[in-house]
Order: sequence, then C-alpha cells, then structure tokens
Amino acid sequence: MKVLVPVKRVIDYNVKVRVKADGSGVDLANVKMSMNPFDEIAVEEAIRLKEKGVASEIVVVSIGVKQAQETLRTALAMGADRAILIEAASDVHTDIEPLAVAKLLAAVVGAEAPGLVLAGKQAIDNDMNATGQMLSALLGWSQATFASELSVAGDSATVTREVDGGLQTITVKLPAVVTVDLRLNEPRYASLPNIMKAKKKPLEEKTAADYGVDVTPRLTVVKTSEPAGRKAGVKVASVDELIAKLKDEAGVL
Amino acid sequence: MAVLLLADVNGGQLATDSVAKTLTAVAGLGEIHVLVAGQGGDAAAAEAAGLAGVSKVLFADGHDYCHGMAEATAALVVGLASSYTHICAPATAAAKNVLPRVAALLDVMVLSDVTAVIDSETFERPIYAGNAIQTVKSGDKVKVFTVRTAAFAAAGTGGAAALEKVTGATAEGLSSWVEDKVAASDRPELTSAKIVVSGGRGVGSEADFALIEALADKLGAAVGASRAAVDSGFAPNDWQVGQTGKVVAPALYVAIGISGAIQHLAGMKDSKVIVAINKDEEAPIFQIADYGLVADLFQAVPEMTQKV
Ligand SMILES: Cc1cc2nc3c(=O)[nH]c(=O)nc-3n(C[C@H](O)[C@H](O)[C@H](O)COP(=O)(O)OP(=O)(O)OC[C@H]3O[C@@H](n4cnc5c(N)ncnc54)[C@H](O)[C@@H]3O)c2cc1C
Ligand SMILES: Nc1ncnc2c1ncn2[C@@H]1O[C@H](COP(=O)(O)O)[C@@H](O)[C@H]1O
Repeated sequence: MKVLVPVKRVIDYNVKVRVKADGSGVDLANVKMSMNPFDEIAVEEAIRLKEKGVASEIVVVSIGVKQAQETLRTALAMGADRAILIEAASDVHTDIEPLAVAKLLAAVVGAEAPGLVLAGKQAIDNDMNATGQMLSALLGWSQATFASELSVAGDSATVTREVDGGLQTITVKLPAVVTVDLRLNEPRYASLPNIMKAKKKPLEEKTAADYGVDVTPRLTVVKTSEPAGRKAGVKVASVDELIAKLKDEAGVL
Repeated sequence: MAVLLLADVNGGQLATDSVAKTLTAVAGLGEIHVLVAGQGGDAAAAEAAGLAGVSKVLFADGHDYCHGMAEATAALVVGLASSYTHICAPATAAAKNVLPRVAALLDVMVLSDVTAVIDSETFERPIYAGNAIQTVKSGDKVKVFTVRTAAFAAAGTGGAAALEKVTGATAEGLSSWVEDKVAASDRPELTSAKIVVSGGRGVGSEADFALIEALADKLGAAVGASRAAVDSGFAPNDWQVGQTGKVVAPALYVAIGISGAIQHLAGMKDSKVIVAINKDEEAPIFQIADYGLVADLFQAVPEMTQKV
C-alpha cells in the first residue's frame, strides 16, 4: 500500500511571531522555517508502517513556495521515498487555503492511488485544522482525525482519536484520510548519511496549473493585528499574600 | 438570513454551555436553527429548544449520527444547507471533525475558531497560536465556521422553539464506531469552569498530580494540564490546555509548575486573572501572570489548599 503524506513548510514553532506594523500580516522574511510539527509525526508514522511491512512506498507532497523543497528533503531524509513539490505561490507570505490544498491533494491522490493519506491535524501557522477533513470529503473517503494510535489490518484501519471528553476508537475503511495528533509517536531525527542519501531521492516539481486547480483564496484578509496584551502583574511573597490579593484585590475567591 | 448551528451531543446529553455560547456569537446573523443529531437525542433536542435565541430545533434521530461520526453527520448537514447563509458550531473536537468536511462538500472555505463576528461576512480568528488576530472576509455563498466559545458569554434559557424532525443521507460503511473512553468526573467541565487549576511538568509524577487536584477540589475548579504533563503521563489528554488542547478563559487560572510556552499560553491567556506558581523566577509564565509566586509547588500548593 502506498502512503501519501502532505507536509507543510511553516514558521518554526520556537520562533516568536511578529505582526507587521502595517497590519498586512506576519513577518516571514528571514525567519526560520521548518516542517509543521504534526507533519513530522505523520511522516514518522508512515515510516513505521513501512518498517512493519504495511506500507510499500511513502510519497510526500508540499504545496506552496519553491523553498518547500527543503521541507520535502527533510521528509526524504527521515525515510520517505519520493517527493512532489506543487508550486502555487512565489511570495513566502502567501498561504494557500486548505480548500485549494485539498483540491490539489485530491488530484495527486487521483494520480498516485495511495491506500492511506496521513496528514497533520493542524498547521501551526493558520491553525485551521481543516485540510485532511476537506480532502477526505472531496474523495468521498472515510476519515479519522486527531489520531493518537493507528493500526492497519487488511482493508481497514483502527484509529484512537483524541476528543474533548477523552479518547474515541473508530475503524475506517481504506482508503482513508487520517490526521495525526501529537501523541501518536515521537519523530526520529534524520541521520547525516540519510540526509546525504535524500539529496538523490526523486523530487518532482509541478505547479498548481498542472492540476488545473484554481488556488485563488476564498477569504480576503482585511487585517492582521496583535492580540490584546496583558499588563505585567506583581510578584507576591507568600501564599498568605496570594490568597489575600485574590480575595480582596481581584475578587475571584 | 438564517443560521444552522450544529450542537455537540455526547451520550444523549447536550453540550449546553458550548451551544449557549455559540448562540451569543451568532445572535446578530438572523434566525437560528439548532441541529441535534443522533438517536436518543430527544432530551437534548428538548433542552436546545429551551435556550434563548433559538427559533427552531431540527432533530435527526438516526443511529448513523451518533458519536459524531463525521461522514454521516456531514452528509446530513449538507442536505440541510440550502436553507442557510451560515453554518456554524462550537469549536469542539467533534465540530472540527465535521464542519471542514461540510465546507468542502459545499465547495466553500471553513473558518476555524472564530472569536468575533463583525458582520455577516467578516470574522476574526486567531492564527499562530493566538500570536496574531486575523480579520477575514468571506466571499463564499455560505459561511461555514466554528466558534471559540471561551470568547463569548452563554445565552440564557426561557426559549420555546419549535421542534422539527429531519432526516438525511448517511454514509454507509465508510467508518464505524468502536468505543468511547470518557472519564466521568464530578468536577466542572474545563471549558466552562469559573476556576481552572493546571499542573505542568514541574509536578513531576502522576501521583503528585493529586496536589493539583486537591487544590482544584477545594476551589470547586476544573483541572487542566500542560502538554508536557500529559505526555509524561501525569494527566489524561482531555485535560490539556493550549494551542492543540482546550482553550479556556475562566475568571481565575492557576498555573502550577508550568513554564509558559506560547503553545500553552494560546489556551489560557484570555483568562481574567492568572496566577503562576513556579520555582524559577525567570519562567516566562510570570510575564503574563497577574500574581506570581516564586516557590516550590510541593510546599506552596498544599499550604494554599489548606488556607483557601
Ligand atoms: C505543535 C505544538 C503544539 C503544542 N501544543 C501545546 C498545548 O496545546 N499545550 C501545552 O501546554 N503545550 C503545547 N506544546 C508544548 C509546549 O511547547 C511546551 O513544551 C509545554 O507547554 C511545556 O510544558 P510545561 O510548562 O509543563 O513544562 P516545562 O516547560 O518543562 O516547565 C516546567 C516548569 O515547572 C517548574 N518547576 C519544576 N519543578 C518545580 C517545583 N518543584 N515547584 C515549582 N515549579 C517547578 C520549572 O521551573 C518550569 O518552569 C506544543 C508544542 C508543539 C510543538
Ligand atoms: N500547503 C500545504 N502543503 C502540504 N500539506 C499541507 C499544506 N497545507 C496543509 N497541509 C496538510 O494539512 C494539515 C492540516 O493543515 P491545516 O488544515 O491548514 O491546519 C497539515 O498538517 C498538512 O499535513
């Protein structure tokens, strides 16, 4: 079974985000970019499926600017077999919306016929949490979101999902889209020899136009602003003082 | 204009607080119909009909819609969609599973975690773990979105909406429910509690999390946790607060042994009063805490539990 993993290039999760003064967005020029942390987990899970003999080939796809090549090379260095870059923007500040990403991925699925798509639960830049569900809808497939455990047997997969009240287990018929949560696994680091080997693995370059998908956004960003800040508070010296402040000053006890 | 609001129903119980807060968020958008889906949801439907601001409750009494199964529930919503300009739901795990699927089937974008409805086509939502707020305008024929309930007060009761049974498509054989592992608790629910007491990696073990729980119980509070505490097995996953956990905005949030990573702050920085107890006076949590106590939690927390 072939496994397809969409990986997004996003701002590194350790970087402090800066909103541009003119309200036009977040400053991404000369900022450290990395693979979306959830997508690393998806790549890791695909590799584990291959190591178990469940997956035969792992294809990674990234949609966005040319520089997303780096993200794909990281995935190849971790252990993916082949990569597809779909160039859909020239400015690093352009974010392709989940609906357009899902349409492009649906086209790739049409060409590659994977048995499983493993996506991240959410991209840590737009925090949409939508692409996997949208892709599954467009394909008419089953979906299992927020996976913290996954096992594949025959033509179905059993997935434990992180839900608000705790955990839910479902089985989905394959092919399916599964989106992964943080506790599914701990992704490996790519070793130096594997980073070298990854440079020789195939990376196909396509454009959104090759798939006939219109990536024009449906949402217009009116403005981007800083969240309301909090006033710096005070340090208290003891538990007694803390309780007194909470009672008398804040009135919350 | 009319709004369809998909309610969360768990084990036949309406997630009333989340529905009531979503009602407030969309109150200006037109007549609101609440959809209750799932066999045995009669009581939930009746309860929804009593919420202020609801003009009709649609009840889909089908087995396929139980447990929030995405494929069938999305098919049901899509079947009803043509009567609405807006389709929304509280931003719960259940709705985030379903609404993007609905949006794609309708060929529209989805907006996740809306924190303000400016007008019928303009919305605010946080991005980058709440480090930026985006105002977006949607040109789509129907607006599909989830609402971050922590940003809104709950609508009251006293309504008497009509109840209508509806049916819809299902999704034969795509996926099936196996089990829910939901911990029963007498504590208030994390997302609606007035006080939340959260523990982090500093608590050190599952056994010592009892210190956090004891303080919470003394205060009548819900218990939260950082991701590090959950990953280390000190606390169950449904206690996680943050960018990828729950978003809370209680009157009082007490962060104990939590450093204050941006991903954690994303889930609690809109709390009214924030208290931090941490032995490291440089911990970033102190930058957003109204009251900071630099102390060893193993001394401070039992003392506080005893004295409040
Ligand atoms: C994509 C992504 C999503 C994430 N989502 C979330 C999320 O939703 N929620 C979340 O919380 N995190 C999330 N994280 C993780 C986040 O980055 C931090 O790693 C995490 O919040 C740290 O948890 P912590 O503060 O408990 O642990 P630490 O950072 O290890 O802090 C422990 C604190 O305890 C203090 N301490 C230790 N011993 C004592 C003592 N005896 N008395 C008092 N204080 C003590 C220490 O001084 C320290 O400040 C996410 C990360 C990523 C990459
Ligand atoms: N531009 C993209 N390129 C590749 N994968 C993407 C892209 N955008 C989203 N995804 C995938 O969809 C997941 C969820 O993203 P989102 O719906 O934007 O929160 C990510 O974790 C990726 O797996």
